[in-house]
Amino acid sequence: MAEFGRPPGEPVRPLVEAAGVRKRFGPTVALADARLTVLPGESHALVGRNGAGKSTLVNVLTGVFPPDAGQVRFDGAPAPSPSDRDGWRARVACVYQKSTIVPDLTVAENLFINRQPGVRGAAARWPLGRGLVGWKRMRREAAELLAAWNVDVHPDLRAGDLGVESRQLVEIARALSFGARFIILDEPTAQLDSTEIERLFARMRALQESGVTFLFISHHLQEVYEVCQAVTVFRDARWITTAPVADLPRAALVAAMTGEAEGLGARPARPGAGPGAPVRLEVTGLTGPAYREVSLRVRRGEVVGLAGSSASGKVELAETLAGLRRPAAGTATLDGAPLPPGDVRGALRAGVGLVPRDRHRQGLVPGLPVGENAAMTITDRLGRFGIIAPGRLAAFARASIRDLGIVAAGPEQPVSDLSGGNQQKVVMARALATGPRLLVLVDPTAGVDVKSKEALLAVIDEVRGTGTAVVVVSDELDDLRPADRVLVFFHGRIAAEHAAGWSDQDLVASIEGVTTDD
Amino acid sequence: MTDVPVDDRAVKAPAAPGPALRRLRELALVPALVALIVLGALVNDSFLTERNLISILGASAALALVVLAESLILITGRFDLSLESTVGIAPALGALLVIPASSAGFGTELPVALGLPAIVLVGAAVGAFNGFLVVRLRLNAFIVTLAMLIVLRGLLVGATEGRTLFDMPEPFFAIATTTFLRIPLSVWAAAAAFGAAGFVLRHHRLGRALYAIGGNPEAARAAGIRVERVTFAVFVIGGVLAAVAGLVLTGYVGAINANQGQNMIFTVMAAAVIGGIGMDGGKGTMTGAVTGVLLLGVVQNLLTLAQVPSFWIQAIYGGIILVALMIARVTSGKAQD
Repeated sequence: MAEFGRPPGEPVRPLVEAAGVRKRFGPTVALADARLTVLPGESHALVGRNGAGKSTLVNVLTGVFPPDAGQVRFDGAPAPSPSDRDGWRARVACVYQKSTIVPDLTVAENLFINRQPGVRGAAARWPLGRGLVGWKRMRREAAELLAAWNVDVHPDLRAGDLGVESRQLVEIARALSFGARFIILDEPTAQLDSTEIERLFARMRALQESGVTFLFISHHLQEVYEVCQAVTVFRDARWITTAPVADLPRAALVAAMTGEAEGLGARPARPGAGPGAPVRLEVTGLTGPAYREVSLRVRRGEVVGLAGSSASGKVELAETLAGLRRPAAGTATLDGAPLPPGDVRGALRAGVGLVPRDRHRQGLVPGLPVGENAAMTITDRLGRFGIIAPGRLAAFARASIRDLGIVAAGPEQPVSDLSGGNQQKVVMARALATGPRLLVLVDPTAGVDVKSKEALLAVIDEVRGTGTAVVVVSDELDDLRPADRVLVFFHGRIAAEHAAGWSDQDLVASIEGVTTDD
Repeated sequence: MTDVPVDDRAVKAPAAPGPALRRLRELALVPALVALIVLGALVNDSFLTERNLISILGASAALALVVLAESLILITGRFDLSLESTVGIAPALGALLVIPASSAGFGTELPVALGLPAIVLVGAAVGAFNGFLVVRLRLNAFIVTLAMLIVLRGLLVGATEGRTLFDMPEPFFAIATTTFLRIPLSVWAAAAAFGAAGFVLRHHRLGRALYAIGGNPEAARAAGIRVERVTFAVFVIGGVLAAVAGLVLTGYVGAINANQGQNMIFTVMAAAVIGGIGMDGGKGTMTGAVTGVLLLGVVQNLLTLAQVPSFWIQAIYGGIILVALMIARVTSGKAQD
């Protein structure tokens, strides 16, 4: 780590220091007693369950709103006034999960929004000439900026065409160009696959060596150990602890986050379905947009995991089973009856339940109540002639809320008011509503807290007991742990199979397409 | 700066389309326009005459100004349906202030030098009120400007008691009747307005701010753009342009009817969308909007020249707009969301 020319022994002045920060929104206490101390040149993790106050702290640290009490200091000096946007931008920048780029502008222009380099020469002296955009100069400066931080993105590309990874890099480069050397990454890995995450981490380490400090927010604790040196834990709007990651083993970290001593690692391996159980799902020679000639069998009560990088075709295969995509060739049968290709209603009727990849896009209608979201797949069963009987809808919704432990004011609450974990439980309720014989789960625990993750994964064990076959598609090792076996996709084909009890290392290695046994 | 290890598997960025190609996409409608002109020349001998071409331009000038206004508002990610009523009420109020009470005026008989600026002022005031409702009160732009459309139309009918205004002094018609190089002043004005708007949108920070606001208002705010203020200003500019369009239409028709501008907004929206202005904001260029206007102008002219029975002209015109929208969808390759 950089020493910044300080004589040894003298304590390092923190780059960012927040103390006694409090913030209320009406009756809700968002931050009761928040503290944070980030040393220059480190990557500091901020972890906590959904609702622990992380987002509020980020907003205070980036000057989006001032705290009710307490103070924030950057490099020993008090934070700029709330109206001094340039002052804030020169000190801190945040790369949010939600993109802050303008999709229809080029990468170059996104880097220089509202501060585009001007033109030189006579035109600059025209009336309003100072606001003229020097396109050539801007493209050149954008290319230089991207090259300086080793971002391999063409400045003339339309920003909306970038992948998540490139988009984040562009946002990081933009933040650095304001002079900020303290970058907050808000769940940067949530939408990346494992290869992309590795590349992001490599880049973080390199930037760290050139003097950039990171505050890293993630639900994936493994990543905290991989890339951070220190970790701060928040729980219930309060600071709980700050420690070097080496001093806080995984179990202690989970305990600090949840307030109780338990962890996901403690899940006992379940006995798999007997090999004699009848085959429920039979896929033969299925070929589609991103996968080729896939054949697999899932028995009654069996849980099969599908792993692989994001381009491996695993998600596309799962979406084909649910009728969202139409295969080019091959068949899939459920209990011997063929699944209708490319027909979501048909798949639902045949007994396929789906938790789709992105709950915001495919899983939920945010403005509708919890109950209606959960019952969306079974509106035909809630009354006669297509009329939805309010009593039956409410009864079904209450049952879902109880069974899945959804924390909501009631079935009438809009689903957009819920935390990420509870939203995901509503998506799960929707998938379970039809009483599926095959449950397809795509990234079922993406962006949810540890407790919700446990509750969601517990559903798998529950439904398998009733004979339902489960297909879990995920990169998350925790999601794959309940599986009896994990099939690894590589370039659209099944490349490896791991029986329950696999070692993390072996599985990750085969997802990456490297072999460890030589 | 240390070297970042570059992974071999790093996703190669797709090749960026050069500025030339992006320009080309803006001109996606030009082949359709050329095809229509060729068709017109084949069908009717008098189509490709200088007189007819100038008349197409003259007839399109008012539409062009309203399309410009709507395009600016659409690019900023908003809506203004009430522009068509501004086209009617702004010149009417200006006229009512000037003409004598015997010709249905207010009886104030202001000099023309005050009456003409009053037209622009009315447009600005309507735009400012729309902007206030949409930006400050955060009302839904679609429904609020629909209400304004009805209110303004009602005010015009009320103020004129449904009568048509004739007795305006000559300067009220000058913009459409005066010619320069045989082309009406209104066409020059529309061309200049489009040129200026196109230049600012492409080359000035203010213009780029419209795209940023329409594309991602939060990102624009984070970049220090005063989103509310700029949006408000765009509504005001839109109102002013619609008022000028009203004056152009007054000169073209030679009178102000209580229906002036009525049902125009559909054609305006169609021209904008055909020309590639996105309904979701942040997308579109002035080149595209101009080709959209010209396309509809040529179609209108062809229908007249072909002597389509007037009872059928609406159905055919609407059908052609539908087809044009479908073609624009295919050539631009993107959904018109």
